[in-house]
Amino acid sequence: MEAANKCEPTWIAIGTLDDIPAPGARVVETAHGPVAVFRTSADEVFALLDRCPHKGGPLSEGMVHGRLVTCPLHAWHIHLDEGAAKAPDVGCVPRFQVRQEGRQLYLNTEPLAD
Amino acid sequence: MKEKLVLVGNGMAGMKVIEELVTIAPHKYDITVFGAEPYGNYNRIMLSPLLAGEKTLDDIMINGEGWYAEHGITFHKGKSVVEIDRVGRQVYAADGTVAGYDRLLLGTGSKPFIIPVPGHALAGVVTYRDVHDVNTMLEASRQRQRAVVIGGGLLGLEAAYGLMQQGMDVTVVHLMPWLMERQLDQTAGSYLQRSLEARGMRFRMQAETDEIVGGARGVEAVRFKDGSELPADLVVMAVGIRPNTGLAQRAGLYCERGVVVSDTMQTFDPRIYAVGECVQHRGRCYGLVAPLFEQAKVCANQLAGYGFRYYEGSVTSTKLKVTGIDLFSAGDFQETDGVDAIVYQDPAGGVYKKLCVRNDRIVGAVLYGDTGEGSWYFRLLREGTSVADFRDSLLFGQANLGDAGHGGVDQVANLPDDAQICDCNGVCKGAIVEAIGKHQLFTLDEVKVHTKAAASCGSCTGLVEQLLAATMGGDYETAKVKPMCPCTEHSHEQVRRAIREGHLTSLRQVFDNLEWKTPDGCDKCRPALNYYLISTWPDQAADDSQARFVNERMHANIQKDGTFSVVPRIWGGVTTPAELRAIAEVAEKYHVPTVKITGGQRIDLLGVKKEQLPGVWGDLSAAGFVSGHAYGKALRTVKTCVGSEWCRFGTQDSTTCGIELERMSWGAWTPHKFKMAVSGCPRNCAEATIKDFGVVAIESGWELHVGGNGGVKLRATDVLCRVETMEEVKEYCAAFMQLYREEAHYLERTAPWIERVGLSYVKQRVVEEAAGRKALAERFLKSQQRAQAEEPWKTYSRDHKARFVPLKRAV
Ligand code: SRM
Ligand SMILES: Cc1cc2nc3c(=O)[nH]c(=O)nc-3n(C[C@H](O)[C@H](O)[C@H](O)COP(=O)(O)OP(=O)(O)OC[C@H]3O[C@@H](n4cnc5c(N)ncnc54)[C@H](O)[C@@H]3O)c2cc1C
Ligand code: SF4
Ligand code: FES
Repeated sequence: MEAANKCEPTWIAIGTLDDIPAPGARVVETAHGPVAVFRTSADEVFALLDRCPHKGGPLSEGMVHGRLVTCPLHAWHIHLDEGAAKAPDVGCVPRFQVRQEGRQLYLNTEPLAD
Repeated sequence: MKEKLVLVGNGMAGMKVIEELVTIAPHKYDITVFGAEPYGNYNRIMLSPLLAGEKTLDDIMINGEGWYAEHGITFHKGKSVVEIDRVGRQVYAADGTVAGYDRLLLGTGSKPFIIPVPGHALAGVVTYRDVHDVNTMLEASRQRQRAVVIGGGLLGLEAAYGLMQQGMDVTVVHLMPWLMERQLDQTAGSYLQRSLEARGMRFRMQAETDEIVGGARGVEAVRFKDGSELPADLVVMAVGIRPNTGLAQRAGLYCERGVVVSDTMQTFDPRIYAVGECVQHRGRCYGLVAPLFEQAKVCANQLAGYGFRYYEGSVTSTKLKVTGIDLFSAGDFQETDGVDAIVYQDPAGGVYKKLCVRNDRIVGAVLYGDTGEGSWYFRLLREGTSVADFRDSLLFGQANLGDAGHGGVDQVANLPDDAQICDCNGVCKGAIVEAIGKHQLFTLDEVKVHTKAAASCGSCTGLVEQLLAATMGGDYETAKVKPMCPCTEHSHEQVRRAIREGHLTSLRQVFDNLEWKTPDGCDKCRPALNYYLISTWPDQAADDSQARFVNERMHANIQKDGTFSVVPRIWGGVTTPAELRAIAEVAEKYHVPTVKITGGQRIDLLGVKKEQLPGVWGDLSAAGFVSGHAYGKALRTVKTCVGSEWCRFGTQDSTTCGIELERMSWGAWTPHKFKMAVSGCPRNCAEATIKDFGVVAIESGWELHVGGNGGVKLRATDVLCRVETMEEVKEYCAAFMQLYREEAHYLERTAPWIERVGLSYVKQRVVEEAAGRKALAERFLKSQQRAQAEEPWKTYSRDHKARFVPLKRAV
């Protein structure tokens, strides 16, 4: 996280925790495309590109359970923390960093280099 | 600090417990395993293919030694435990290895029984239990010619077949008048003997062994009570097994035939658990894998400290693993008092089927030659399903129950490897069989995860189950209650009952009270629970939109590109120029890319962007439209034909009837989607006989139909009854829908539901019990007051616009 902070301008305020249903997601439009910001029932927040590694389904519309989201199109399960599809499916989706300060949320609009 | 768990017996049952434990409670124990055999854990039931040369030792390994290391398990292979010190809580192996325990698990299996006749210890007399025995037999088959197998049961016949495959001359000696007498009746036994004889196997029936004759060079012959002799170079004793209780007995644990355990799989010393063939539970010992795995699951659950699973005994079924012989047996097939036998017999074709039925329930089944329906009969037996409604077609199989879809394909064992089993995901038979063998899959869920077969529409589930049964030999899964999903041990019924009786009104309460294994369920159980809550407590349970699939959450159908489709309700398929104009204007204003007439007599606006939805809905609402619920597990369309208003054949006003039904029931949430149709005469232009509730007008009134389905698995309706007035049509419809709402499993359409509970049950509740019908209809109408009070499109376009725009735009 420290490394990314160097290019400070990429961090933006996106709203508060309460703007996102729990467990659920909302979308932030970025230059890299739509980013799905997920909130789990334990109030953890994760961000992934809103494109399923299978056929591009909008993950933000999927059901969030534990640290997984089920893609609404063909029900692949994606790990919110790793961005990887749950075995035996294979595939990976770009991850983004989110920072919580109190209930305020900040998103780094540059994807993590994996 | 971690507690110490020691397993004695590196076999199928004990290791299943360990496998379960490392997934459900990976950090609870330091695990040590003792195994007398010098191998990892292998699939014992595959010894017969190993003997027959159809498999190698590598093929049948479940967990090789690497697996133990990977999971941090200390593995003492080739070490036999000889003593348990219950006070000092330690076990000792023959070579002096000692291990301390907090919990001890015994999985010592059984010992083959050896008839104590003179000569039983001669060289060349072997049993059939483990890899060592198989190696001995293979060795013998290379040097010797004539084998005698004593025992014409499952094991004996498999050994005999294997030895024959290795080129030996084999005679099976059996004490009883027919083979496998514990699993087969006389007729099936004789069919089996005939087909084995045709393959060159010889038999000596009703022959009692008196002595095994031989000398320093080993066995020479088997002598019988009547004085006759049969020359032999190899004798296999396969006359039965005895639970291996020696170690437990020496430790002072209470044993009868086996080590006696409670429903939690604990012995009389609560620190010591036992599973598998060494165990006696409620007076029974088991000798097949399926019940042992059930025990193992319970035991793991108890050892993990969850403590909510109990073992209540199992019903078992048997299959003989001799290539080319189809034989299936389950339950009790004696024709005692009150038991009717339904029999099909074709001696020339070698097909024999017998079902024993008591009080309209299957209590036993013996199938020979055609076992395609075995898993279906077994399911009916296990679940105690009433067969009253299809008793006359029972023997002809599930395919004859009226569904012309996948159900018609049986005999999956005879299909070629490239036959496609799962049409949704394009999975072939060969791939499934290979995955079962390679990954040692034992349950339907495991197959779904690894191959995707049966993971989409589910219509091939039956075929996959048959493949599992055929590939695994014994029955692979005996769970009497099928859990809703991997998050819980409870079945749909149990959960529904708990919600009703425990007055649970929120997801949180269900998760807490029923000890869900996951923090907030999964994509399978959460929608189901939400439905059960709101249908049971319409006034008290809040509808949780985060527990709904996207379509229901957005009140529109998601499309492959992430846009949505919008289908306004067109009552009974009747519209007006003004309505059509309004739809046309919306389509133009929002640049809707596709406007399509649906198969359900209405108009679909496809390709609407999420942000446009509130606007589209607002405009449609203003023109008087409501949501068509094309997205919901809810009332969908009510198709009608023009009926007596216009049609020269029409007998009743089917259009008005359809509109009234739709006005009454729109907005109702149901376990799966619910479709209706009303036709004006028996020509049935509205296709009412493939709908969940169909009405066909007749001269004297209306004929009511239920349980039709036009989707994946075509099923024509059953006739419920005839009524005279439109008021009655509505009352019966409301009652039927309510019964379905209250009792079906989530995602179970009326067609499979009716097949599960039986048409006569539905008739009894909706037709025969008039007061009950009225009460059902009243409950339906009452919950409709609430359902229709809020029209989703209007509410959303007015109050929740914010949900449809991005949280933030940073471009
Ligand atoms: C739009 C429509 C096709 C069309 O262009 O005509 C359609 C479209 C879809 N159908 Fe259908 N079905 C449509 C009529 C039918 C019919 C015909 C009928 O209702 O008379 C059937 C067979 C009759 C039946 O259901 O018994 C039908 C059987 C299915 C099935 C299989 C259901 C089954 O029990 O086997 C599915 C899959 C499911 O529900 O799980 C399905 C699922 C779907 C879904 C919802 C697939 C999905 O999950 O995304 C499609 C949504 C497309 C969309 O966004 O609109 N659709 N679908 C029809 C909408 C009718 C309407 O006005 O509401
Ligand atoms: C040839 C054959 C074919 C079969 N076919 C089928 C079939 O088709 N379908 C079916 O359902 N079932 C079948 N079975 C039965 C099935 O294999 C058994 O029910 C199952 O393996 C029993 O599991 P278990 O763990 O109780 O015992 P086992 O698998 O026998 O495991 C017990 C293990 O404990 C070890 N052990 C015993 N005492 C000690 C000790 N003191 N110290 C250390 N280790 C010890 C033994 O060496 C053994 O490895 C078949 C069995 C055989 C032999
Ligand atoms: S048949 Fe139904 S589910 Fe299949 S593509 Fe057509 S609309 Fe979609
Ligand atoms: S696009 Fe996500 S599962 Fe297919």
